[in-house]
Amino acid sequence: MNQPKVGLFVTCLVDLFRPNVGFSAVDLLEHAGCEVFVPPAQTCCGQPAYNSGDRTDTRTIAEQVITAFEKFDFVVAPSGSCAAMLKKHYPELFQDDAEWQERVTAFSDKVFELVSFLTDVMFVQDLDVQFKGSVTYHDSCSGLRELGISHQPRKLLAMGEGVELREMKEPDVCCGFGGTFCVKYSDISNSIVEKKTANIEAANAELLLAGDLGCLMNMAGKLAREGKTTKVRHIAEVLAGRLEAPAIGEAK
Amino acid sequence: MKITTPEFKSNAVEALADENLQKAMGHVQVGFIEKRQVAADGLPEFEALRDNARDIKNHTLAHLDLYLEAYSEKVEQSGGHVHWAQTAEDARNTVLEICRKAGAKTVTKGKSMISEEIGINAFLEDNGIAPIETDLGEYIIQLRGEAPSHIIAPAVHVLKEQVEEDFRAEHTHLDVDRNLEEPETLLDEARTVLRQKFIDADVGITGANFLIAETGTSVIVTNEGNGDLTQTLPRVHIVLASIEKITPTLEDVSQIMRVLARSATGQELSVYTTFSTGPRREADVDGPEEYHVILLDNGRTNMIGTEFQEMLRCIRCGACMNHCPVYRAVGGHAYGWVYPGPMGAVLTPSLEGVEKGGNLPNASTFCGRCESVCPMRIPLPKMMRHWREREFERNLNPATQRWGLKIWAWIARHPGLYAFGARIAVRGIATLAGKNGRLASLPLAGGWTKYRDLPAPEGQTFQQQWRVRGGK
Repeated sequence: MNQPKVGLFVTCLVDLFRPNVGFSAVDLLEHAGCEVFVPPAQTCCGQPAYNSGDRTDTRTIAEQVITAFEKFDFVVAPSGSCAAMLKKHYPELFQDDAEWQERVTAFSDKVFELVSFLTDVMFVQDLDVQFKGSVTYHDSCSGLRELGISHQPRKLLAMGEGVELREMKEPDVCCGFGGTFCVKYSDISNSIVEKKTANIEAANAELLLAGDLGCLMNMAGKLAREGKTTKVRHIAEVLAGRLEAPAIGEAK
Repeated sequence: MKITTPEFKSNAVEALADENLQKAMGHVQVGFIEKRQVAADGLPEFEALRDNARDIKNHTLAHLDLYLEAYSEKVEQSGGHVHWAQTAEDARNTVLEICRKAGAKTVTKGKSMISEEIGINAFLEDNGIAPIETDLGEYIIQLRGEAPSHIIAPAVHVLKEQVEEDFRAEHTHLDVDRNLEEPETLLDEARTVLRQKFIDADVGITGANFLIAETGTSVIVTNEGNGDLTQTLPRVHIVLASIEKITPTLEDVSQIMRVLARSATGQELSVYTTFSTGPRREADVDGPEEYHVILLDNGRTNMIGTEFQEMLRCIRCGACMNHCPVYRAVGGHAYGWVYPGPMGAVLTPSLEGVEKGGNLPNASTFCGRCESVCPMRIPLPKMMRHWREREFERNLNPATQRWGLKIWAWIARHPGLYAFGARIAVRGIATLAGKNGRLASLPLAGGWTKYRDLPAPEGQTFQQQWRVRGGK
């Protein structure tokens, strides 16, 4: 394959809160032999509107994303949730529109979540993972259940000789984030994330990793509030070795 | 049953503060989730069986009228009676009429969620007839004056210590020094008390897990044998079932049963699977003299042909709620009506209206674990989203939420403006956080910071930094 042109869908949370994840994604994609582009006409994938029942606005946002990204060979997002939105849910928005149907299908076929793109499409076989220490990995729901991402991050982590994976209990159970759910139903969300942070602590790893910044901010925010010491990072930061930035929510 | 679903949020807060409930909900993990996993892993064709089960019900729903008529005809041929009930009230009145004709004083009941849906117990009591729940869990919550909090484990919210207390308070004729510390001794005591009630009852009411169109048979699956005593000992047997319980053939039922118990309790089959076809025949040694089936609609036909039709595939195994983080956090009563968990979040607005049930489809993280274990492959998150769409179309969600969303969506449609606003916002929040790296509180973010810190942004957006570095 010629050097594939990849449009990086940064995701709104990475753009706003954690650019380090975006740069880690760029590093990983370039290492895998891709040429990376970041179209400026991207804001958000539209999930807040979609999951609030506002289909009209969601569709307008989807048209904008498709138009900005359809020219690339692949569209990659460092988030299972946003990638699933683009790949699995966009087609549903255009179900009754013959004109857009073809475009959206062609677009969605090219969309991938970062980690699974590296393993399943670019067949990355070796990665010089610099990090040395113990990690535990949370399977974020959308990536796990909508895109089947489970062994891919573990496979890449295992390429680092100094990485020791300590699985937590119920790594595949929701952290309680759920987008606007965590503020609309904050009491229930809190109860769910409390169970999660207890499992994280019991895993006794230095670092908590996941592939979605929303979940990571939720868990990092709760761990910090509870005074727990587990550090939190996006898996891309560890895989790319961009560890100079303080961990998520950590003091500078 | 009075619906408190509109108060779901405050119900949930109460449930979260209830220590007994929280302790009891912890048992769901081993009791249901792990057992289901072992059962599913133990059957190589489990996933294929799920596909089969889905296809059988899809076919049935596409020809529901035909199968219902065929079933009804078979029931009548076998000497039974079929009563069509469009509403809960119709069903209640039919039950009462049958009980009055039979001169019933007491009615034994097998476990039936439809009987909860139509609120039959309170109605019979108001009319001077005593309903007696015979399923252990149902018996416990009847003593406690509660509704089921789970569709197959009605007393899952109760600790065994609480059951002991209830039994000692109610069964005052028994030895005060008896041992009631083990579940087995509690079960023995309930059995002892219930034995005579089975014999005395004039009418027995059961639900149905399946109604078989080709034979006119009703099927119940149970683990305690109470259902069999309920439907064979009294003179009159009433089957209360909703119309979507219909399944074309015996073969179809046996296919679906292979996923039912495995998904529900992790059993290969329930202990008892009982088939009833009509009343006692001449050569039969036992069985009821009268056999009635009440077929309840109560809003289900309105779901046919809509985006909620697939919900009618549900076989009430309870796997969705067992695996739901929200259900596990708040238990079943917080949902405020008959059906809790993800299936309840779709069914409650369908049957009771989205005005009352709208909270439930919103109270989901869309984690998708329910759909991933549903034996009938019902796309529960998708249908919850459809309810949110109906709410949004009808302006049912709060005005602040709608406006917030509209403003956000407008900005999101204008990338230049979005980038400008984003730059200012992240710089502002980063400045507020200073060197701490996180915020314990932030104006307008109280929903977040009430329980967790907000990790601070780096200070410049990715897009900003990318352009500065000359990225394409």
